[in-house]
Amino acid sequence: MFVLPRLIRRERASARMAVLAPIIAIAAAVTVNLILYLVMGKNPGAVFHAMLLEPFMSWASFSEVLLKTGPLLLIAQGLAIGFRAKVFNIGAEGQFILGAIFASAIPVWFPQATGGWIWPAMLILGAIGGALWAVIPAFWRVRLNANEILVTLMMSLIAAQVLNYLLLGPWKDPKGFNFPQSVMFQYDAMVPILIPGTRVNVSLLIALVSAILAWVFMQKSFRGYQFLVGGLAPRAAAYAGFSEARAIWLSLLIGGFAAGLAGAAEVAGPIGQLQRSISTGYGYAAIIVAYLGGLHPIGIVASSLLMAVLYIGGDNAMVSADLPVAAVRVFQGSLLVFYLAATTFVRYRLDIGHDAKGGTP
Amino acid sequence: MPAPLLSLRGMTKSYGQVRANRGIDLDVAPNSIHAILGENGAGKSTLMKLIYGVEQPDEGQVFWQGQPVRLSSPAEARRHGIGMVFQHFSLFETLTVVENISLIVPGTKPELARRIRALGQDFGLEVDPSAHVHSLSVGERQRVEIIRCLMTEPKLLILDEPTSVLPPQSVGLLFDTLRRLRDTGVSILFISHKLDEIHSICDRATVLRAGQVTGNIDPREHDAHELARMMIGRDMPPPLHADIRPVGEKRLELAGLDHVEDDPFAVSLHGVSLTVHAGEIVGIAGISGNGQAELARLISGETRLADGERDEVRMMDQGVAHLGPAERRALGFAFVPEDRLGRGAVPEMSLADNSLLTAHPLGLLRHGFIDRMKEAEFTAACIKDFDVRTPGPEAEAGALSGGNLQKFIVGREILLRPKLLFVAQPTWGVDIGAATAIRQRLIAMRNEGVAVLVISEELEELFEICDRIQVLHKGRLSPSLDPRTSGPEEIGRYMIGANVPASEVA
Repeated sequence: MFVLPRLIRRERASARMAVLAPIIAIAAAVTVNLILYLVMGKNPGAVFHAMLLEPFMSWASFSEVLLKTGPLLLIAQGLAIGFRAKVFNIGAEGQFILGAIFASAIPVWFPQATGGWIWPAMLILGAIGGALWAVIPAFWRVRLNANEILVTLMMSLIAAQVLNYLLLGPWKDPKGFNFPQSVMFQYDAMVPILIPGTRVNVSLLIALVSAILAWVFMQKSFRGYQFLVGGLAPRAAAYAGFSEARAIWLSLLIGGFAAGLAGAAEVAGPIGQLQRSISTGYGYAAIIVAYLGGLHPIGIVASSLLMAVLYIGGDNAMVSADLPVAAVRVFQGSLLVFYLAATTFVRYRLDIGHDAKGGTP
Repeated sequence: MPAPLLSLRGMTKSYGQVRANRGIDLDVAPNSIHAILGENGAGKSTLMKLIYGVEQPDEGQVFWQGQPVRLSSPAEARRHGIGMVFQHFSLFETLTVVENISLIVPGTKPELARRIRALGQDFGLEVDPSAHVHSLSVGERQRVEIIRCLMTEPKLLILDEPTSVLPPQSVGLLFDTLRRLRDTGVSILFISHKLDEIHSICDRATVLRAGQVTGNIDPREHDAHELARMMIGRDMPPPLHADIRPVGEKRLELAGLDHVEDDPFAVSLHGVSLTVHAGEIVGIAGISGNGQAELARLISGETRLADGERDEVRMMDQGVAHLGPAERRALGFAFVPEDRLGRGAVPEMSLADNSLLTAHPLGLLRHGFIDRMKEAEFTAACIKDFDVRTPGPEAEAGALSGGNLQKFIVGREILLRPKLLFVAQPTWGVDIGAATAIRQRLIAMRNEGVAVLVISEELEELFEICDRIQVLHKGRLSPSLDPRTSGPEEIGRYMIGANVPASEVA
C-alpha cells in the first residue's frame, strides 16, 4: 500500500531549517522556472545568464540593482513589523503612491523654489502621506473590526485612481503634450546622488538605516516584544495587558510611513516627476521580500537585494532572451510559494517510508 | 491473568537529550481499569502517545490481542479499537460540538446530536450539541472529548487525567460509566495524580518514574502513602497548617456585580459579592462553566467595564473596573490564568521571554529596551525557586510539561510580590509533589499578608488552603462559608444549586 509522507510537529523550531528555507526556496524556484522556460522553447541557459548573472557582471547594472533595493528594503522593513504582529498590511502599493503624491506637491506647486530643504521636506511629506493613507484601514480595523487585508488592498486601488485623477487633471504638465505626467522636478527637489556616476541616491542609505532601526525595534525594544506576543498569542497579550489597538495602529502607521517614504524617494530620485508608472509593483513585491527575509530585519536586507536582482535580471531576460514580462512575475510568485512551503519544515518534519501496514488487516 | 489485550515490551522514546520512556513493559488485561501513575515529566503522556500512534517508539514492540502491531497513526489505533481523551483538547473552536464529533464519527448531524444527548444523560456529561466549542468552558470541552471517544465504541479507552475538571458528583457518575464500560468488555487506561481515585476505581496500577516502571501493583492492596512513595521516590512534605489569623484591609471588593455577557453561550453574572482581605485566602468553588471564566476576566481586567462603572470592581481601595490588566498590575495585582499555553505563556517563546510578559516592571527594562541580563537572572531565579524542570531559560515554554509550565507561571506571578494574587486552577494537571509545593507557596503568601483569591474545582484543595470558601453556581456566588465549620456536603449543595444563593436572600 502506498503511504503518503506525513508531517510531524517538531519539539521545537529548527534553527537550521529557518536559515535553509530561503535557500531551498530559491533553488526550487530557479529549477522550476528554468524547466518552464525550456517548455516555452526558450534557452534556459541564456535566461539564467541574463536573469541571475548579468546583474552582477557590470558596475552599471549592479548599481541599478542597488537602486531597486532601496524602496524594496524600506517598504519590506515597515511591513515585516506589522506582519510579525499579525497585522497584514497588503496595501503598501497604495501607501507608496500616496507618498509619491504628497512629495510631489512641493515641486508641482512651487516649481521655482530653490534650497537644500526641498528634498528632505518632500521625503518627510511623502512619509506622512503614506502613513495617513494607512490611518483609514487602521481606524476601521480598531473601530469596526474590518479586515485590514481587504481594506488596505482596496485602498491601493483607490490610490491608483487618485494618481490618475491628478495626472489627467490638476497636476498635468501644461507643456507635456497631454501626457499624463507632472512637470519635471527642479534640481533641488532631487535626492542627492550617493555613488557618483550612477543613479544610486541617499535613499539607499535611509533604507539601510531603517533596517538597523527595525532590528533594534524588533529585537531589543519592549514595544517590539509586545508586537511579537500579540502576533503569536493574542490571548497572552490580552492577559498581560498589551493593547491590541495600539499594535494595529502602530503596525499600519509604520508600514504606511515606510512605504510613503519609499514613494517620495522614487519621484524625487530616479523618476524626477510624478507619473502613472512610478511603482512597478514595489508594494506587492515587498510582501514577498518581507517573508523571504523571514520577517527578520537582517534577512530582509538580503531578500530585498535578491528581489532587486530579479527585477533587473527580468528586464535583461525580456530583452536578450525574449522572455515575456509575465515570466518575471511567475518567478516572484513561485519564490514566495516555495518559501512558504519550505518554512513549514521549521516547525514540522516529514515522516516518509514508515509503512503503516504493520497491523494485520 | 488472562491473555492481555495490550502488551508493550521495551518501549523506548527519546526527544533529543530527554529520554522520556526507557524500556517500558506494560500489560493491560481485558475488562480492567488500569492506572498509570507518575509525576509530571515521568513519561506518562509520551507512553500514551506511543500507544495511540501519535508518536513512534525508537525501540520496542506493541502487541494487540496477542498480535504484533505497528500503530503508525491515531487513525490506525482507532481502527484497532483504541480511543483516547487528551489532557490538551483537540477540538476546533470555530465548530459546534456536533460538527467536531462528525469529523471523526460517521452519521448525520441530527442523528449524532441525538446520540450526544443520550450519552450525556447516561454518563452525566451533558453538553449542548449545537454550542460552539469556543464558548464552552474547559470542563465542558473535556466532556465533548469524552463523548466523542465513547461514540467510536473503543475496546481500550485512554483517559489522560479525566477527572481533573469534573465536579465531585460527576466524578462518581464517570466512575460508574467506566465500571459499566469495563463490564461490557472495554479496558481503560486511566492516568491520574489523584491517589484516592486510583484506589476506588482501578484494579491494576503501573507506576512510572523518570521514564521507567517503578511498580506494577494492585492499588487496592497498597495505601496512598506507598503509592506516592513509588511515584515520587520520597515522602510527601507535611502540609502547612493554615491557622486562623486576623486579616488586614480589603484588597479586592465586588459588591453585587451584575454582568451580562454578549456571547449567548457565556455565563452572565448576577449580584456577585466578593471581598478578599490582606492575609487571607478566599476560594471560589464550583463546577466549571458556572461563570468562573467570566468572573476571572472581570477581575483580571481582560474584560473592562465603562468609566462610569469603575467601582464595580475595587482593588487596593480604588475603582478599577475600567482599567486594563497592565494598570491593575501596576496597583499590585498578579494573576495566574487557568489556561497556560497561549494565555499565561506564549508557547513559541523562551521561558526568558515569557518572564517579560508580566515581570517587566521588575527592572527588566531600561528606557523601553529589554535588559537581557536581568531577564535571564529573573528567569533563572524563578526556575530555581519553583523547581521548574527544564534545560534552562532558553527552552520554549511549549516544550515544558503542563505541571512544569504551571510552576513557572505561578512562580513568575509570586516573584512580582503582589498585594493581591489571583490564581485560577492552581494545580490543574499538576502532580502531587508540585501541587503541594504550589499550595504551600500560596499559604506562605497569605502569611506574609498578601490577599489571595483562588478559583478551583478541587474541593480538597480549597479545604486545605482556604480561610473562606464561596461557591459559584449559574453566575451567582454563595455567601462566604468557613471550611472549618462547613462540611463538603454543604458546599456540594451550593455547587448543584440546592441552596438558595445569597443574592436572592438579600
